[in-house]
Amino acid sequence: MITIIDYGLGNIRAFVNVYNSLNVHTNIAQSPKDLEGASKIVLPGVGAFDYAMSRLNASGMRDELENRVLRKGVPILGICVGMQMLAKGSEEGTLPGLNWVEGEVELFKAEKFSYKKPLPHMGWNTLNISQNNKLLRNLDNQARFYFLHSYYFHTQNLENIIGTSEYGIIYASAINQDNIYGVQFHPEKSHSNGIQLLKNFSEI
Amino acid sequence: MLFPRIIPCLLVHKKGLVKTTKFKDPKYVGDPINTVKIFNEKEVDELIVLDIDATRQGYEPNYKMIEDLAVECRMPLCYGGGIKTLEQAQRIFSLGVEKIALSSVAVENPSQITKISERVGSQSVVVVLDVKKKLFGDKYELYTHNGLKSSGIDAVQFSIDMQEAGAGEILINSIDRDGFMDGYDYNLIKEINNVLEIPLTVLGGAGNIDDIGLVIQQNGIIGVSAGSLFVFKGKYKAVLINYPSASEKALLMEKYFLSGWNS
Repeated sequence: MITIIDYGLGNIRAFVNVYNSLNVHTNIAQSPKDLEGASKIVLPGVGAFDYAMSRLNASGMRDELENRVLRKGVPILGICVGMQMLAKGSEEGTLPGLNWVEGEVELFKAEKFSYKKPLPHMGWNTLNISQNNKLLRNLDNQARFYFLHSYYFHTQNLENIIGTSEYGIIYASAINQDNIYGVQFHPEKSHSNGIQLLKNFSEI
Repeated sequence: MLFPRIIPCLLVHKKGLVKTTKFKDPKYVGDPINTVKIFNEKEVDELIVLDIDATRQGYEPNYKMIEDLAVECRMPLCYGGGIKTLEQAQRIFSLGVEKIALSSVAVENPSQITKISERVGSQSVVVVLDVKKKLFGDKYELYTHNGLKSSGIDAVQFSIDMQEAGAGEILINSIDRDGFMDGYDYNLIKEINNVLEIPLTVLGGAGNIDDIGLVIQQNGIIGVSAGSLFVFKGKYKAVLINYPSASEKALLMEKYFLSGWNS
C-alpha cells in the first residue's frame, strides 16, 4: 500500500494511475488519520517552496508524518518540490523545510552556465547513477527522466547522493538517507523509466 | 544532458481532434483518448492539447475531457483553451495537468499571468502567442481568438513582457505556417529565442523530421512542436498518428544537436 500525501499540491492522480497499472494499492492522505497504516509514503509537490511548506503545515499531517518517517522508519519518496522540502530550507523562500536530509535548496545561477540555458530546467535529462540503490534498480545509467524546476538540492553529504544530473552544474537529482528518498524529476511523467522507479519504491 | 523536446500538438474541436490549415478548415483526425494512448506507447516527450472552441465560443474549459486526458497521459500534458482565471487554472491542475496554456487572457489582462504564476509556480504557466507576419516589413503581430482578432501587438516585445509577467514558457504558433508542412518560420523562432531566458516552444510548419532538426540546430535547447506531421502521413494527408521512434530520435539528435548546434 502506497500512501500519497495530498496537501493540495502535485499531481496525485498521476501516481495513482501508475500504481493502478502496476496493481499496487494506493491510498490518498489528506489528514493525519489517513496516515494510519501507511507502509510507504509518496510526497509530491509542484510550485513555490513556501507555498508547498505552508500547505503541508496547514494540512495537520506534519507531526504524524514525522512520527512515521523519523521514528517508525516508514520509507518516503519526495518528488520535485517534495524532495526539496526534505532540506533545511530554500533560497526560493523563507519558511524552514522539513530538515530530514542534510541540504539546502539553491537556485541555478544562469550566469555560471557556459552558454545560454533557459530557466526553468525543463525537459528530458539523464540520470547518472552514482550509487547502487534499491530505488534505481533495473534502470540504465543515463536513463532519461522529465524535469521541471529552477531550484536544486545542494548537499555536502555526498554519501546521500545516489544520482546526479547536469544542467550548467552537476547536482543531486536523486538522494537517499536511511528510509528517506528524493528525486528532483517527475517519475510519474517519465514513461517506462518513471514506472520502473515507482515500482522499485513500492518494493523497498 | 538535457535534450530538446519534440512535442505533438493536438487541437480539440467539437469533442474530436482536428488539424487546421492557417487556423481554418478543421479536418477530423481522431478521438482524443485513443490518440493519447498511441502517444503513450510512442513515449512522446510532452503533449500539448488546445481546445480551439472554448475561447472563441466563450465557454468554460471542458473539465471532464481534461481529466480523461490527464488520467491517460504518461507524459507531461499542457492544456489550453478557455482559461481566464486562477480558479480555473487551479481546477485544471487538480485534474492532473502539468501545464496550462494561456492566450487571449494574456493579451486582455496581462496581470492575470502574474497572479496565476505566483500561485501555481511559473514553471507551469505557458503563454501562447499566435503570430502572423505583417504584410510589410519583417515584424510579427499577435492575434487572438484562433487567429481571428488582430491585436496590433508586436510578438517579440510581447514575449519579453510575458516573461517579465511570470510566464515559465512561451509557445509561438505561426498562423502563416499552420498546416502547410513546408518548414518552420526560422527567422521568427531565432528572433524570439534570442530575447528569452525562459524555455521556448515553437509550432507551425513542420513537414518532416528534418524541419524539427533545423530548429534544434539553430537554437539548441528548445521545444519543437508539430500538429500535421504527427497526425498525417503522405502527400494526401492520410490520418496516421505517428512519432519518431527512440532510434530515429537518437539519430536526429546526433545529427542536429550532439554534433554541435550553432550557438
